[in-house]
Amino acid sequence: MDLSAVAFYVFSILIIGSAAIMVFAKNIVHSAFALMFTLAGVAAFYALLYAGFVAVTQLLVYVGGILVLILFGVMLTTRGYFEKVRTRTVALLPSSIFVAIIGALLIAVFVTTEWSKMPLEDGQVTMTGLGELLLTDFMLPFQVTGVLLLLAIIGAVLMASRARYPQQRPHPDNPGHPEGDPKGPQEPGQDPQQSADGDKGSG
Amino acid sequence: MQQFLESFLPAGPVVVFVFSIIPLMIILIYALFAIWLERKVAGHIQDRLGPMQTGGWHGWAQTLADLLKMIQKEDIVPAKADRFLFKMAPFIAFAASYAAFVAIPFSSGYIGSMIDIGVFYIVAITSLLSVSIIMAGWASNNKWSLLGAMRTAAQTVSYEVPTVVTILSVIIVTGTLNLMEVTEMQTGNAFLGFLPSWLIFHSPFMVIAFVLFFIASLAEAHRVPFDLPESESELVGGYQTEYSGMRWGLFMLTEYADMLLLSLVGATLFFGGWNSPFGSFMDGPVWGAFWMLFKGMVLVFVMMWLRWTLPRLRVDQLMNLCWKYLIPLSFVNLVLIALWEMIF
Repeated sequence: MDLSAVAFYVFSILIIGSAAIMVFAKNIVHSAFALMFTLAGVAAFYALLYAGFVAVTQLLVYVGGILVLILFGVMLTTRGYFEKVRTRTVALLPSSIFVAIIGALLIAVFVTTEWSKMPLEDGQVTMTGLGELLLTDFMLPFQVTGVLLLLAIIGAVLMASRARYPQQRPHPDNPGHPEGDPKGPQEPGQDPQQSADGDKGSG
Repeated sequence: MQQFLESFLPAGPVVVFVFSIIPLMIILIYALFAIWLERKVAGHIQDRLGPMQTGGWHGWAQTLADLLKMIQKEDIVPAKADRFLFKMAPFIAFAASYAAFVAIPFSSGYIGSMIDIGVFYIVAITSLLSVSIIMAGWASNNKWSLLGAMRTAAQTVSYEVPTVVTILSVIIVTGTLNLMEVTEMQTGNAFLGFLPSWLIFHSPFMVIAFVLFFIASLAEAHRVPFDLPESESELVGGYQTEYSGMRWGLFMLTEYADMLLLSLVGATLFFGGWNSPFGSFMDGPVWGAFWMLFKGMVLVFVMMWLRWTLPRLRVDQLMNLCWKYLIPLSFVNLVLIALWEMIF
């Protein structure tokens, strides 16, 4: 067994183990931290396949972005971070049938597919080819994704800033804030002291 | 470098091991020196001498003595803390910081890995740092720790944006993410006949880019005026409040390693990395390592200097500075540098 095979199995165990912890942990913060190891392990898989750019993007987007957001969400929502999440078995029969069908399908696909194997070349440059493809053959999907992300950002800013201008834009149908949140959603850092105090009180 | 090691070391794995712990040796020696330097700089700026006794000459062994004291200390885990996460957090923090040194070209003869995504990898792997700080803060089960950790994470995530955008504006000029190739592009004296062809002299906007990058890297390294995560007067010790002994020492080491990392990235992107400022005079792999670390240490010294010069920002001022000034400025600067590249 060469070194990359050893690394593959080590990271497989890491991914499966941390995913199991993520699913079965009683504490939601433990689940979130276990998710970090799953995501980082997947990034290591990409790196083993010489897909360096994808690996690093996986780290940056999922670990650096989404996981931090999840942790923030878990810790800042009301009493979320020390509330125990009870994991118990519900609907045992339907779910196990469903899982069995999905698993059988996956195994069937895995067995029947002709996997085309390519020899890995050391130190392949993935960045340049990827960039060229994105700006030539896949220009339209690339641009559409960009517009979609822009829309998401504008939507997020709009949702975050709506509650801050109630007097300037009176709304006859909807005078109060519908969510019933006294503080209202805040932009990050606009008034962190307030949210920090709130945390102190609940913690 | 690898061939050089193979010439006198026995087996392949040993070579790989020695090859990969070179940055660790640099970090450890640098940390001992930098902590001493920080005290001396602080002392002299405040018109006192700093440590003078330990070791004889200007207290040079003070950090060593502190290290020995720290190793002997009891490793205390609070009773209500989450033991596993509490113990793991310092290691993840240092691993994230150390992993980033892989892509740093210490000299023309030594870089951990010639990956083509270099600086992008550095940005990505250091994002593990904020996760590990949240882990430390949460696992301590202490309000100060948690608040400090939240502040740190918010600060790091926000200031990643201007850092990445200024790095991107340098990448537009170089056309490669590999820091070794970025450094090789800056060899020679191209500008006005005598200025070294470092990227900072490339266009006036590069100076702006460097200033923005430096401010953002101060915030990423949690240095004054952005040291809110551990502002003693407000949060006791921030996320490290409950840590003691060598675990606290690891956080300290991570912090100094992070400073060096950002300074080295800044030195590589703007000040020619391992290139000598005198053209081919004092050039070569060994001098390269000297110049690289020297440039990094100059930036580290500026960080220390600022610490005793500027007052700390408030949280809202910190976020305002980032989102309302640094990010728009860095985007405008990115466009200007791109235009400069198109025109000239």
